[in-house]
Amino acid sequence: MSRHDAGKPEQPARDAWLGEQGRKPRRRRVVLADSTKKSGKALRTIIELEEQTSVGEKLVRDLIRQQLKSAFGLAFAVLFGMCLLPITFYLVPQIGDLEFLGIPVPWLVLGVAPFPILYGVGWVFRRQAERHERDFVNMVDR
Amino acid sequence: MTATVYSLTAIVFMAMVTFLLGYVGSRKANTTPDFLVARRAIPASRNAAAISGEYLSAASFLGVAGLVLKDGVDALWYPVGFTAGYLALLLFVAAPLRRSGAYTLPDFAEARLGSVNVRHFSTFFVVCIGVLYLVPQLQSAGLTLTTITRLPAWLGGLVVTAIVVVNVLGGGMRAITLVQAFQYWGKLFAIAAPTFVLFVVFLASPNRATQPLSDEGVVRFPQAETITVAEQVVKVRVDEPLRLRVSGQINGRDADGPVFWGRGVYELSPGTTMEFTAGSPVPVVEGSPTTNEAWSRPQTGGISELVRTYSLIFATFLGTMGLPHVLVRFYTNPDGKAARRTALHVLYLLGLFYLFPTVLGVLSKLYLPQLLVNGKTDAAVLMLPETMLPNLGGQILGAIVAAGAFAAFLSTSSGLVVSVAGVVSTDILPGKVRDFRWATVFTGAVAIALAVALPRSDASLTVAMSFALAASTFCPLLVLGIWWRGLTWVGAVCGLVVGGGLVISAQVVSVVSSYTGRWAPAFITQPALITVPVAFAIMIVVSKGTRRRVPADVSQILLRLHAPDPLGFIRDRDVARFGTAEEKARMAEGKRRGAGRAR
Repeated sequence: MSRHDAGKPEQPARDAWLGEQGRKPRRRRVVLADSTKKSGKALRTIIELEEQTSVGEKLVRDLIRQQLKSAFGLAFAVLFGMCLLPITFYLVPQIGDLEFLGIPVPWLVLGVAPFPILYGVGWVFRRQAERHERDFVNMVDR
Repeated sequence: MTATVYSLTAIVFMAMVTFLLGYVGSRKANTTPDFLVARRAIPASRNAAAISGEYLSAASFLGVAGLVLKDGVDALWYPVGFTAGYLALLLFVAAPLRRSGAYTLPDFAEARLGSVNVRHFSTFFVVCIGVLYLVPQLQSAGLTLTTITRLPAWLGGLVVTAIVVVNVLGGGMRAITLVQAFQYWGKLFAIAAPTFVLFVVFLASPNRATQPLSDEGVVRFPQAETITVAEQVVKVRVDEPLRLRVSGQINGRDADGPVFWGRGVYELSPGTTMEFTAGSPVPVVEGSPTTNEAWSRPQTGGISELVRTYSLIFATFLGTMGLPHVLVRFYTNPDGKAARRTALHVLYLLGLFYLFPTVLGVLSKLYLPQLLVNGKTDAAVLMLPETMLPNLGGQILGAIVAAGAFAAFLSTSSGLVVSVAGVVSTDILPGKVRDFRWATVFTGAVAIALAVALPRSDASLTVAMSFALAASTFCPLLVLGIWWRGLTWVGAVCGLVVGGGLVISAQVVSVVSSYTGRWAPAFITQPALITVPVAFAIMIVVSKGTRRRVPADVSQILLRLHAPDPLGFIRDRDVARFGTAEEKARMAEGKRRGAGRAR
């Protein structure tokens, strides 16, 4: 199979999914004066996003970067926290002697504590992600 | 005998409710989008219950308690990892994946990378992971049925397969959503009720004849016990010498009558019967701690145990997002925001559930040490109620647990069959409803054949292997595809092949090693720690080398994945391919209206 074929499968179906804007060559929009009304501007920003003008592309890139920063920060914190535990247990076996309410601390740390923490981190992420999206929509709709 | 009747009644009840809900759900299912993604109209809370219902498989319902019984506190990494995986899914995948408008994982790969090749490779791995995950479910169904009724093991798997296939034939995704949501709550009840009751029984019997967990010596039998080794050869380790009566084969030689066992490892052939006296040390399956001290303390297994734990964390944290049956449920959300809410709700439901198996595992350590000898620790949850409460109450609790376990097999198997059949029917067959039905029958047949043919091992361990496979194939594909513009189809295919190939060869090597003396090091039996970074690295490096193949429309696609839902960029690919003329027209009109507003 030639490279050309592999890169362009069922082109009609893909075009239908991408919309007419996807097929057009990129068009750069030059705006000299902003004379439109409120709603007009919102629509134009949406079109700019779809046509990927330099402004539109910059907006999307910024949104993606923001979301990735939130996600990556939280994921790193959780993974780092989880990875810290086994090595701590390995290096400081005395932790196994500690008890809280008659239950050894490692059992509590692994059997109960992670679940509320994981939910809490998820909740924080959902809030951040939705705020980023709201800001984005507000900016487009302003 | 009465206990068997109760359990069978409970199981039949569970099967009937499953059928009934499946029938209710399937009455309105007739189009391909119904079968594939339930028309993408499932509200977040029901979807979350359905996802949790499907996710809490045999590995969670039976396996976690069994592993706690066997390995102690280190086994708790399984439920932690199983839950944390959903956090990773929420952070990196949930909303963008839904917004892609794809209807299966291979479809997403093609939509993002614009290549049919990557679609074919993804199809292959979806089927691999799906089947690898289905087999332990069906085998555990067999185990459950043998434990409570002594019927042959293959029958349990066959019954589960039959129920699932019939339900899925009726209405695909639309039919099973209701079933799975119901089964989450069924399972939660079936594990929570016995936990509460048995814990109270435990507290109320201070003079019980069990060895306290604070006793740091070797595990001992609380009372005299007779144990028969089931169908597979078992290796046990003895740390403190003991006397027992044996009839059967030890280390390949016939033995009959009283024997003395010094420290060492003994190989027990199937059918061997052992009689232990009360207070005698328990020989423990090779590889698990023999003393209470090692059992109750974390990380007592040295460096290899440490490596295995890290590998497990990696596999479960990153593997969940690559499981096809989990992902396919996220396509059923109405939009990206709902997908995110669903994932968060799942974190709550799973956290709630996983509090209980740990308690049951600890209780079975007190009351069921005999399971440590033949290694059938997956049966602990099923046997515990009647061991602790040898009366009507125990029998009823046992019946509830059996029904819950059955719900676990049914819901997970349904999800797997739907996701595999969805992929097979749309990628290998033309994708009409009839093809979906053929694919369902085919998937069920292959799975039950493999379940009967392959030797059984612990459900959680086999499932951990499919997590490793998912983490080394689809996790990099999704994360890089969603967040990085530079991914090319060549890079994706190379990463899939190398990551998946490494995990599959590691699996083969560790199976060989388990038959020839367990010589495989930890990074082969639990390979994710190495294979996941390798797969990521290969995808990135090869993509950088083939930069010209980055799809020209990559900016468009990333916009679609990340743009907030109110802006209206979602275009569902299943409607574009399988929708009715009217739906297609509506979609095209939406597009035209969007364009018209501009002019």
